[in-house]
Amino acid sequence: MPAPSPPLTAESSGNTTPAPVGLGTLFIAFAKMSLAGFGGVLVWARRAIVEQHGWMTAEEFNETFAICHFLPGPNIVNLSVVFGARIRGIPGAVAAFAGLLGPPVLIVTFLAILYSRYGDLEALRRTLAGVSCVAVGLLFAVIARMMLPLLKKREPLDLLTMLAVFVAVGLVRWPLPIVLLVGVPVSVLLTIMVRRRSGA
Amino acid sequence: MSLFAVGGANSAIPEIHRIAVDVNHWLTDKQFSDVFAISQLSPGPNVLIVTLIGYQVAGILGALVATLSMCGPTAVVAYYVSRFLARSTHATWPGIVQAALVPLSIGLMSASGLIVMMTADTSIIAYSVTAVAAVLAFATRLNPLWLLVGGGLLGFAGIL
Repeated sequence: MPAPSPPLTAESSGNTTPAPVGLGTLFIAFAKMSLAGFGGVLVWARRAIVEQHGWMTAEEFNETFAICHFLPGPNIVNLSVVFGARIRGIPGAVAAFAGLLGPPVLIVTFLAILYSRYGDLEALRRTLAGVSCVAVGLLFAVIARMMLPLLKKREPLDLLTMLAVFVAVGLVRWPLPIVLLVGVPVSVLLTIMVRRRSGA
Repeated sequence: MSLFAVGGANSAIPEIHRIAVDVNHWLTDKQFSDVFAISQLSPGPNVLIVTLIGYQVAGILGALVATLSMCGPTAVVAYYVSRFLARSTHATWPGIVQAALVPLSIGLMSASGLIVMMTADTSIIAYSVTAVAAVLAFATRLNPLWLLVGGGLLGFAGIL
């Protein structure tokens, strides 16, 4: 018969490190930022991690996000895993991942059910058509924002890479893996060359 | 597919469209643009467009499988790479790779924009709504949700 013992871990751990963040707290924090993020969670993630909870400094956040951005896969999902792991190891990564994806997946699945049942209704079709027109516009706005610094730099090689990828994927419709297999090494080489030239 | 989504879900859209519509015929163009609209309307990461496609193909199980296979493998990769990077101190090459990927991912996103535009916009009015939304979103700090709702109302009223 196991006797109830007082929790030892609370005493023995965390003498030098700051108070560990609970897995539940992690889950809820990521669920919140995910549900707040219509059309992009990043802004909310930054606000929650840096400003609200103070889990990272702004520099640490940028650095972590840069890693997540150049890794394949959805950035924000990567961010949740990398961040969760930094704070609480693998359980932390799982908690953040589940918090980020769990609740919105439930909502989206529910919407999918509605869509497959009522998708043929004329009014809904029209409404969705209107929404998608705007959604496309929003996407263009994001692209324009991202393109500004590139245009300001006036680096012809960068602009050429961008244009080549656009033509290959958007107009010629080549499969993405092939384009990336060629594009990534070429772009890395060009970047190294440009840096050498400007550094010399 | 997810392993190639450099720079976020929006750059993977051409590939998602190619696989779901052109290769496998899981969805029509019209359904694809509906699904894109729903994914933009929903909270959470935009990557959830694959959840919707998964549901169209194979119900709730399909939705779960699509989501996990889109996010799971890369999450594992992210975990290991970040641990590796945390240990290495002389880190100039992540900066180089990152700088090299910026023009690539913008090119990809522009291709995404073109493809969803061709599936979503079917009339001159639709194109102008897209243009107005783009300018408003670019020039103001208006919450995008209001623009999406506005588009929905215009559509509902039968203007498009």
